[in-house]
Amino acid sequence: MSAESRLVPAIKLDLSGVRRRLDGTQRRTYWKSLEELAETPEFLEFLHREFPRQADEFTDPAGRREFLRVMGASLALAGLTACTKQPEEKIVPYVKQPEEIVPGRPLYFATAVLDGGYAKGVLVESHMGRPTKIEGNPEHPASLGATDAQGQAAVLGLYDPDRSQTVRSYGEIRSWQEFLAVLKPALAKQKPISGAGLRILTETLTSPTLAKQLEDVLAEYPQASWHQYEPAAADNARAGALLAFGEAVETRRNFDKADVILAIDADFIGGGPANVRHIRDFATRRKIRGEQAQLNRLYAIESSPTLVGANADHRLPIRPSEVEGAVRQIATLLGLAVSGGSAAHAAWVGPMVKDLQAHAGASLVIAGESLSPAAHALVHAINERLGNVGKTLSYSTPVAAAPCDQSASLQELVAAMSANKVDILLVLGGNPVYNAPADVPFREAMMRVPLRIRLGLYDDETSERCHWQLPEAHPLETWSDARAYDGSATILQPLIAPLYGGKSAHEVLATLTAHADRTSYAIVREHWQARLGPLDFERAWRRTLHDGLLAGSALPEKAVVVKLGDWTRGTPATVPAGLEVAFRVDPSVGDGRFANLGWLQELPKPLSKLTWDNAVLMSLATAKRLGVSSTSNFEGRVESAGEPTPQGTLTDVVEVKSGGRSVRGPAWIVPGHPDGVITIHLGYGRTRVGRVGTGAGFNANLIRTAAAPWWDTGVSVAKTGERRVLACTQDHWSMEGRNIIRAASLEEYAKNPEFVKEMGEEPPQDLTLYPPHPYPGHAWGMAVDLNSCVGCNACVTACQSENNIPVVGKDQVGRGREMHWIRVDRYYAGDPEKPESLETQHQPVLCMHCENAPCEVVCPVAATVHSDEGLNEMVYNRCVGTRYCSNNCPYKVRRFNFYLYQDWDTKTLKMQRNPDVSIRSRGVMEKCTYCVQRINEKRIDAQNEGREIRDGEIQTACQQACPAEAIVFGDQNDAASRVARLKAEPRNYGLLAELNTRPRTSYLAAVRNPNPEMPGPTARSAGQLAAAAGFTPDVADLGDVPERGRSING
Amino acid sequence: MSQIFHRSTNTLSKFSIFGGTFLAAGGLWLALELTRSPYVTNAGVAREQPVPFSHAHHVGGIGIDCRYCHTSVEKAAYAGIPPTKTCMNCHSQIWSQSPTLEPVRESYRTDKSIEWVKVNDLPDFVYFDHSAHVNKGVGCTTCHGRVDQMPLMWQEKSLQMEWCLDCHRAPEKYVRPRAEVFSVAWQAPPNQLEEGRRLVTEYKIHTRTSCSTCHR
Repeated sequence: MSAESRLVPAIKLDLSGVRRRLDGTQRRTYWKSLEELAETPEFLEFLHREFPRQADEFTDPAGRREFLRVMGASLALAGLTACTKQPEEKIVPYVKQPEEIVPGRPLYFATAVLDGGYAKGVLVESHMGRPTKIEGNPEHPASLGATDAQGQAAVLGLYDPDRSQTVRSYGEIRSWQEFLAVLKPALAKQKPISGAGLRILTETLTSPTLAKQLEDVLAEYPQASWHQYEPAAADNARAGALLAFGEAVETRRNFDKADVILAIDADFIGGGPANVRHIRDFATRRKIRGEQAQLNRLYAIESSPTLVGANADHRLPIRPSEVEGAVRQIATLLGLAVSGGSAAHAAWVGPMVKDLQAHAGASLVIAGESLSPAAHALVHAINERLGNVGKTLSYSTPVAAAPCDQSASLQELVAAMSANKVDILLVLGGNPVYNAPADVPFREAMMRVPLRIRLGLYDDETSERCHWQLPEAHPLETWSDARAYDGSATILQPLIAPLYGGKSAHEVLATLTAHADRTSYAIVREHWQARLGPLDFERAWRRTLHDGLLAGSALPEKAVVVKLGDWTRGTPATVPAGLEVAFRVDPSVGDGRFANLGWLQELPKPLSKLTWDNAVLMSLATAKRLGVSSTSNFEGRVESAGEPTPQGTLTDVVEVKSGGRSVRGPAWIVPGHPDGVITIHLGYGRTRVGRVGTGAGFNANLIRTAAAPWWDTGVSVAKTGERRVLACTQDHWSMEGRNIIRAASLEEYAKNPEFVKEMGEEPPQDLTLYPPHPYPGHAWGMAVDLNSCVGCNACVTACQSENNIPVVGKDQVGRGREMHWIRVDRYYAGDPEKPESLETQHQPVLCMHCENAPCEVVCPVAATVHSDEGLNEMVYNRCVGTRYCSNNCPYKVRRFNFYLYQDWDTKTLKMQRNPDVSIRSRGVMEKCTYCVQRINEKRIDAQNEGREIRDGEIQTACQQACPAEAIVFGDQNDAASRVARLKAEPRNYGLLAELNTRPRTSYLAAVRNPNPEMPGPTARSAGQLAAAAGFTPDVADLGDVPERGRSING
Repeated sequence: MSQIFHRSTNTLSKFSIFGGTFLAAGGLWLALELTRSPYVTNAGVAREQPVPFSHAHHVGGIGIDCRYCHTSVEKAAYAGIPPTKTCMNCHSQIWSQSPTLEPVRESYRTDKSIEWVKVNDLPDFVYFDHSAHVNKGVGCTTCHGRVDQMPLMWQEKSLQMEWCLDCHRAPEKYVRPRAEVFSVAWQAPPNQLEEGRRLVTEYKIHTRTSCSTCHR
């Protein structure tokens, strides 16, 4: 094949097609990607292929040779595989067996994972000393039994083979004693000057013991100082509280008590110390059971699309510079003496404020960290005005130890270092060299410090510039403590001895005081001995460890009153010309601390569905103005006669310039993004972290300044001409515009609860050639409530952790070969050029365990078969890899091991694996099993105890992790079971049930609760959605769009 | 034109057709026999162990109950191999100087485990659960044979899937009263099938043959 013949023109996104589709629609049409909406021929071709581009190896000569070589070898070996005898194996019993360990039975230990220093209570499953899985702690207020994706990945962080493994100095392996030998004389010199040259830098801390230790250090060295910095600290929230109340307070929100919620750039779902709890409380008010429908209503004002906007009943996408004006307007409308309001969005804000007033005392307004301190203060005033304080929200003293303005704290440190006032810099955690603001020269200043010591999980960017790198013990392998969002204290207990001899911050701090060489256990225990009292201490200590929580340690509510001040006065902001940029923490890898965790890198981001990269996110209109586009390189088409381009989505790289600094990153269109704004996520562009995270994405910290940490104006974005491939999962396994998502407004639902049934047909049971399967015993089924699902991805990571699912890498994801057994599809409805019209819906899709399973009948080797309980089983040992089953699966939930994706060699990763689930090898199909290992475990337990399996006893991994309780699993033969009752709801429907697959996994349609008085599409009934009012593009140059300016109902 | 093939070709071709069939069938039979033979399954092959532990002596001779050593057999998937401590419970007192038991004492002294050779070794893709069987009236000897008569341990049965299914398809052939599960001398009564069916009902035994029962 000549190179020329492979020169296929790239697919251009045809917007006229999008427009035409929308014109013809008369009902709510959900779509997953712009390509799908436009139905480009290339996209359709892509859709009709099973696995995008599996034939690629044949077009690449080197690949073909490799294939023939491998094939030759495997043919020669194929006949011999059955003749192997089992190798001899050893049993290695204990010498003295610990009393509580029963081989084959996991133990669970209560501890906590840390999120920005705050504790989220978890139970860790341990198999004979190996922690393997994280579950939520049902008794912990920040968890209530659920977790988030990052919490699930903590166990992978523990076993990460790229963690710092030894004490190093100038890159050379040293010992802890050698380190102490250097530290001691340096400290001795500090003693006479009261530690004037000693500086300690930490991230946000809530650990009472660590705070006390730092206090002790500062008492011993009164001139020393403790600085704090992390890139996403709550500085603005703290400053806002100071303005409003004159003191720093922690705001605690009770979403379960709020009827109307207004979130202003506040992503209470995607992140934060209480997100799991917030999702639970929020989703509790989204449950519809039969006629009971007391839905809450969520309004979102956002300058960057988040899951909160995706779940909102009404969303106002505006520029970051407009947000404060909107807040002031809301305050003014509520009768507060506030100036500076902007009436720009009066049509939206007006009815919304009326709704808030109508629910005074049962409403809740929350402000995100990107808002200015004054806006935060205003939101406090608004909540007080609405009488919400003490009902839907309350205040307490700050949970974090010694809260401060972290940006200022870092700048003080940099100033001191620049002035050569610092002799010893001790960096505990964090990674300031990577994530300090661009205008704070931390890196340069720190080089002036004569002794730089770093305690870190990774030998990273900061370690590289320190004299000493000390390996940090992971929170799962050391004693420590931390507080949750409400102040509840948890004692962290180790699940395993430090894998790499890591030291905890407690132990490092102890070397600064007279108590050197003390263990974390002794330090933490002594601290709590003083708190819990000597009487009955042992019992209280054990109780606290067992529960994972010190009972009654939540901080008491604090009564504070807003004192109006200067901050009420503002001038109406003028929206600046030119682009604005919004910086946000990445929904998967956070501020970069999780960059080396493959589970999180490969986790499709909730809205963009990108993996392995961050991007310059923008709206369609902005992209057109900048002349940038994305090209689906579905077929791995060759761009030039040279090297074939990797598969994935080719996208234009843009250069973002802000204040004389610039970064380059791929542009990515996110429908619903406000126009005139770009969003860049932090956490990428790590240059030194490990084999997974190094080199992924670009570093937004290079243009982020301390003065404008969350958004900035006057940004210029220019196309560079370069193109880059991104791995996005949004178009894979598309479902061709059938009624996959079913949704209605509350009003419509009340009028016609059976609306779901009218959106699809279910063929009669006997309409099949095959004899029916009887299910005399249990019949396992699952119901997923789309009204509860917020799209947070916790289920995906939980499944990956439970079922030993490998990470495949960016290149393989680009080819559509990601291995997730459960995916969360994201659909849009509305006009992609009108961000405010966008409605977003998430849908978790896993194996449907069809009763008439199309996969089973096509398998030539009976590797996928039906169980007597209705499970669609996958027998790995029989599978020969024909992939017929996947070809015949209408849901595209089967995953094929094209290569040996599992890491069979890395010792620590082996330790993470769930011993109850087989490790799959190359050439084998796999898919969701409904966590059959959990079913079997509970079945055997019940049988041994001579009883039936209780409803709710078996929880699948996705169900257990789900903060929204959207997934319910159980026996649908038992009419009283939760799953059977949900399936009897009028909203229940099967995905593609018209194919007569009789799926066991069913969905409950989403019901939104729009305010009829609001403008915007969500307020109208579904039928009118597409018939929106006149369409005027706000972009002057629409280029190749012929229908420019046309009314979309015209 | 003369005949191309000699007359003997008829005989030859008849013979080769029949012969070929028998050869193929014979080969297949041989292969199937081979996979079921102790050469492949290791059934009946006594294993060399670091310490020549004799079940015949401990179970048959002294009469120690199975559960004294295999402590988790009733509550977990694994029956459990005793820790060195269990051996030393007695052998710190009796035979405490025996050279044969030196590896045991060494293990106890050095805190390093004795590495036993696995005798009944299922493939890693099989998830067998002892507790589920023991609690439903499957005796130890049903699968492990008369361990009280084994000086060195060997695997009694083939442990192949057809052997598992034999019982899972007709448990009444093998179940015994729960009280007899740990009895090594128990003999199936003459009316085993009848008695077995009664026990299957009484113990609510629902043997499953779905793949995911053992493979997951």
